[in-house]
Amino acid sequence: MATGHEAMSVPDAGLHGAAARDAWAGGASPFAIGSKKLGMWLFIVSDAITFSAMLIAYSYVRMASANWPMPFEFMPSIANATVMTFILLSSSLTMVMGVRASKLGNRSGVVKWLLATMLGGILFDVLHLREWLGLIDEGVRLFKNPWGNPLFGASFFGLTGLHMTHVTIGVVYLGVIAWGTSRGKYSDEDVEVSGLYWHFVDLVWMFIFPLVYLMSNKMA
Amino acid sequence: MHDSAERAHAEASKRTFQFVWGWLLALTAVEVVLAYQRLEIKLMLTLLMTLSVVKASLIISYFMHLKYEKRSLVLLLMPAMVFVICMMFVVFPDSVRLYRQALR
Repeated sequence: MATGHEAMSVPDAGLHGAAARDAWAGGASPFAIGSKKLGMWLFIVSDAITFSAMLIAYSYVRMASANWPMPFEFMPSIANATVMTFILLSSSLTMVMGVRASKLGNRSGVVKWLLATMLGGILFDVLHLREWLGLIDEGVRLFKNPWGNPLFGASFFGLTGLHMTHVTIGVVYLGVIAWGTSRGKYSDEDVEVSGLYWHFVDLVWMFIFPLVYLMSNKMA
Repeated sequence: MHDSAERAHAEASKRTFQFVWGWLLALTAVEVVLAYQRLEIKLMLTLLMTLSVVKASLIISYFMHLKYEKRSLVLLLMPAMVFVICMMFVVFPDSVRLYRQALR
């Protein structure tokens, strides 16, 4: 490892001598985060682009359509989706509290907060599935619905379904992390990385909620 | 790993997290109220998307901790992502064309 002057010059002034050799060997951490965290961030960027592509495809067919259905009454749909949004935002708060507990070395705190976050995710899924079943009951299918443009079902179920899949995978992921943390298998970095994923899923909903629900509310 | 500086950071962050959470809930409530105002659709879309971008920024900065990471990480992640998403907007003129055709 480099010492003295060389070690101090690593971050900004370019790499020389032993420090340069260490960096070449893969020992450097230019972003000052672990590789797991960097990996999750890169996945999040690619997933953000996937969701953007779906939201833009949905916006494209919707803007092109002269008879796009706007079926969501305040009761139950908009109220339900608002409650779901509050639940997801609150589960993000319990998630950061879990990450905070792990930084403080409080393992039982991590498990408690992660279980609370998972409960939020499960509640979100249950409310969402109830709404899906309601829409299916009203006759909405992937390429057929009683109100207008037949693509409504495909875009609605595609977008919210991909998001629901992310929430469900997140609940399983947090369960694994909680279980491993209680057994001392995982470090605080593992908890933080699972938190990044969870917050991202929350973030995506912040765009689905206004674009899919609020813009399609049925005015009185 | 759990030195005193990190502990102090964690203590201070608790109140920040609750504050950010409160704002996220409040902005969501504003969006719902806004959705029931009779506004022109372009204005409505602009307002809702602006509020959503603000909410997303709060989540990224504070909950996802990006505000406290090195600038180089932010530059690695954000500009490329924003650029790619903006490039997807090229499809919208075609969408408007199809809409006009549908009305005819």
